[in-house]
Amino acid sequence: MALLRIEELTSPLLHIPWLEVAEGECVVISGESGAGKSLLLRSIADLDPNKGEVSLDGRSRASMSACEWRRQVMLVPAESGWWADTVEAHFLADQPVDELIASLGLPPEALSWEVARLSSGERHRLAIARALSFRPRAMLLDEPTAALDPIATEHLESVLRHRLSDGTCLLLVTHDRDQAARMATRSIVIAEGRIVQGSVSAT
Amino acid sequence: MNGYIALSYWDLVIAAVFLLLNGILSFRFHLGLERQLLVASVRMVIQLLLVGLLLKTIFAIASFWLTMLTALAMCGFAGREIWARQERRLRGIWGHGIGTGVMMVSGMTIILVALTTQIQPDPWWSPRYALPLFGMILGNTMTGISLGLNALNSTVPRERVAIEAQLLLGQTNWQAVAPFLQHALRIGFTPIINAMAATGVVSLPGMMTGQILSGVAPEEAVKYQLLIMFLIGGATGLGVLGSVLMSAWRLTDDRHRLRLDRLG
Repeated sequence: MALLRIEELTSPLLHIPWLEVAEGECVVISGESGAGKSLLLRSIADLDPNKGEVSLDGRSRASMSACEWRRQVMLVPAESGWWADTVEAHFLADQPVDELIASLGLPPEALSWEVARLSSGERHRLAIARALSFRPRAMLLDEPTAALDPIATEHLESVLRHRLSDGTCLLLVTHDRDQAARMATRSIVIAEGRIVQGSVSAT
Repeated sequence: MNGYIALSYWDLVIAAVFLLLNGILSFRFHLGLERQLLVASVRMVIQLLLVGLLLKTIFAIASFWLTMLTALAMCGFAGREIWARQERRLRGIWGHGIGTGVMMVSGMTIILVALTTQIQPDPWWSPRYALPLFGMILGNTMTGISLGLNALNSTVPRERVAIEAQLLLGQTNWQAVAPFLQHALRIGFTPIINAMAATGVVSLPGMMTGQILSGVAPEEAVKYQLLIMFLIGGATGLGVLGSVLMSAWRLTDDRHRLRLDRLG
């Protein structure tokens, strides 16, 4: 049973006739810069205007509000966005995140840090923590470890593996071949907005 | 109205000598301002003389429809100015429509209430009252709207990543743009707030000065000035709020996406 199912996903620069991701699967997406990897993730999250049928666990995207959809199908873009001065202001007050932050290799006081003083690696890990705190069913990660050192990368991969074993799924855009080999249960290659290589559903 | 001193054209020529002196100084010290000074002052003279003639005619004809038409033409010019003062504008009819439309609605509403309930000239649309007051309201509303819209339309694209980050965490379009909406509103409101705070301390407002010069008792002139400042404040506030909210609504859509493709 597919957790995330995509049919005829179309936008001006993208056409994906079919793509399924099952529970526990990590589909690694690769392709050259500008091939449409980020566009694919944005379209699934409904962040760009697009046509097509996308569903999660049999529930159609169109039947859910965009806000509800994005909390369950969580995209973390390559560039993290911040809109307040402290890290804490970017997290929901009622969600426990200490454990999550620790598992990504950050100290508990990270929440009280100022955003302007974060390193790019800290920024990115906190952005991922912020997204994962919603416990999404599907995770769409765009180059999550590009700014991370090997130890931080190891931490993140282990957190992701944990989530996968809990029955979520992951679409992972990465340029790191070793990471792809470590994480992928399946790989697809995208060129000019189309899947040109790889299997579109779990066999 | 006693004590009004009429000016002759000869008086104006004498006053212009000081401006001429500025031009000569600029030429002498190579400031390069003499050309701009000349163009601006000639434009001012021609525009004001024409407006004087136009108003004289409109006052003499005293027709309701001509007064309305003049008011609409003023809205058109002011709307064009709002459009021109924005670095980035919404595509299509929205670029012109939001600024002009909101300014017209808020300005007309306020002036209508003021003319029919407070000033009450006879007839209520008397161009001698309606047009100058409408001009003052429109000019200030125009400034507020163009500043507010310009701030919104330049901040939102710059903060795209921050806005989309909030949308991706399941925030609504209004929640995601709220910090930048507030910023744009503040900028739109600043001139009128500053004008109200400084008025009478730094300089006497133009209209009040005019009334005092034409022989009106200062306390009466103050009442008129307060009335017009309240009207201007009201119209500017409504105009800035309405136009910035409408633009923000247009910059996002019902699936809570940021639609920068709608910005030119």
